[in-house]
Amino acid sequence: MSNIIKGKAFVVGDNIDTDQIIPAQYLSLVPTIPEEYEKLGSYALIGLPDEYTTPYVADGGMKSEYSIIVGGKNFGCGSSREHAPISLGAAGCQAVIANSFARIFFRNCIATGEVYPVEIEAELNHEIKTGDEVEIDLANKTVKIVASGKSCASKDLGAVKAVIEAGGIFDYARNSGMIAKK
Amino acid sequence: MAMTISEKILAHAAGKDKVKPGENIWVNANVLMTHDVCGPGTIGVFKREFGNDAKVWDKEGVVIIPDHYIFTEDKACHRNVDTLREFVKEQKLPYFYDPADETYSGVCHVTLPEKGHIRPGEVLFGTDSHTCTHGALGMFATGIGNTDAGFVMGTGKLLIKIPPTIKFIINGIFPKGVIAKDVILKIIGDIGVDGATYCAMEFAGTAIEALSVEERMTICNMAIEAGGKNGIIAPDAKTIEYVRSRTDKAFNCFFSDDDADYQAVYEYKAEEFVPVVALPFSPDNMKAVSAASDVKLDRSYIGSCTGGKLTDFVFAAELLKGRKVSIDTYIVPSTVEVADALNKVSIDGKTLAEIFVEAGCIEPSLPSCAACLGGPVDTFGRCNNGEVCVSTTNRNFPGRMGSKDSKTILASPYTAAASAITGCLTDPREYLK
Ligand code: SF4
Repeated sequence: MSNIIKGKAFVVGDNIDTDQIIPAQYLSLVPTIPEEYEKLGSYALIGLPDEYTTPYVADGGMKSEYSIIVGGKNFGCGSSREHAPISLGAAGCQAVIANSFARIFFRNCIATGEVYPVEIEAELNHEIKTGDEVEIDLANKTVKIVASGKSCASKDLGAVKAVIEAGGIFDYARNSGMIAKK
Repeated sequence: MAMTISEKILAHAAGKDKVKPGENIWVNANVLMTHDVCGPGTIGVFKREFGNDAKVWDKEGVVIIPDHYIFTEDKACHRNVDTLREFVKEQKLPYFYDPADETYSGVCHVTLPEKGHIRPGEVLFGTDSHTCTHGALGMFATGIGNTDAGFVMGTGKLLIKIPPTIKFIINGIFPKGVIAKDVILKIIGDIGVDGATYCAMEFAGTAIEALSVEERMTICNMAIEAGGKNGIIAPDAKTIEYVRSRTDKAFNCFFSDDDADYQAVYEYKAEEFVPVVALPFSPDNMKAVSAASDVKLDRSYIGSCTGGKLTDFVFAAELLKGRKVSIDTYIVPSTVEVADALNKVSIDGKTLAEIFVEAGCIEPSLPSCAACLGGPVDTFGRCNNGEVCVSTTNRNFPGRMGSKDSKTILASPYTAAASAITGCLTDPREYLK
């Protein structure tokens, strides 16, 4: 993975739950089947309430123009559905920046490698609006608002970093000799 | 070193003498549960990573329970159950509860204990966030995603972080009208939907000890709604009796040391609890029912792994007996065993099923998750329009029970029943005097 992720941000609030990320009626789609993976992407964040006037994926489209999602606290709360990070990844999201993540969503991001979860202290989602450009520097652990140049620190990933760097739980286990190499 | 019950179970499962919160360790799973929504994806990951001819790590350890999208015309849903069937056949798995034959059971979290898959001291991973339910029987149980589940399926192991524990001690006797659902809604309301993120939530005290096994399940079921990794209650004579009546397998009981370290301890007096609801659109949007009696309702829904167990229907029937509902009231037994019991268990000579029919409830549906999570548009009880629904389920996010225009209010079976009578949110104590 490249160390810089740069793109247009899609801004949301606190407690974005998995029913808003991918509503239950689309869960019959199986993420390991390629066409259904693509379809999951087209429904990413379709469950957001109507006060979000800009859709994450334009009507009739398959991909989003926003490669970074910027939320508040407890992003991804709710169900264990891996369809959630997968639908975001399939839509073209590369990273979610939030003040905190719900545990299973965070874990599913790491396990699937679909989107990079970036935790920050600053309430970036109150400072920028949808469409503003953001740059994430993974190596230096910073997040920058491109227009103003203002930047803030992102938190260390701790022990899961090794898993991300290995490329997910399977590669991590293979590297350590726990399971046979492919 | 002093440890909590969750730490002791995980240490045991990792073959270690001691573990500390924050440590990342490989633990051995006893059971992996999956269902029709996440099972096909889990199987996809398992085959992709371990090969088409790979075998699961332990046939007895994999339990597959289709329950979410069962009674629907939706083709993709049928295809998914077929994927599970093929896998079960190919792997010769003994524990599969097929909706098409007499092995059918219903909602995974009620099926697991009923069928003896839940045993104290063990480790359960499930591809469903409400897997935390099973800590009610003194085990470590938590929800995981498909990729992790595919890994467990092949290896029987998972790398996990030891959670710090938050302890909730409730002593005393709950007032009449207050039941387990009120207790957990109050706690979530107090600490917030991220109040226990990453933590184990341990429930103790004389009021918890007095609860039935099923009521303890209701409490642990919603640990995830506070962000918890697991909910847990120490096993006691009731736990052992329940488990013994369901399985002959040996198990170990673990208990927290008196001097174990907790991240936080909350103490409650049982007498101070009142019936509460969680208003839309968050499980921590808690309010006393008596302070929300102006909320008008379109329907009442009694079902799910949280509120569709036998005791939940006994509570609802106790309140509805000899009374009439004024709004559409859905009765959704969680499992076949619960559905059968509705026709057998009686109050004052009338079965629960008779009480519901005489009260004017809609005829009970076949056991499944039904409208608890919306699902395909033809799902029984789904809120397809702007309905306001009082429900014994566990989530009230926007669109959770169907349409984005609908609203779900979380409540106990007592409150859902009392509110069904009046058509407004109603404190059940008004009928329980
Ligand atoms: S009843 Fe509801 S919460 Fe429980 S497993 Fe089914 S969908 Fe999930």
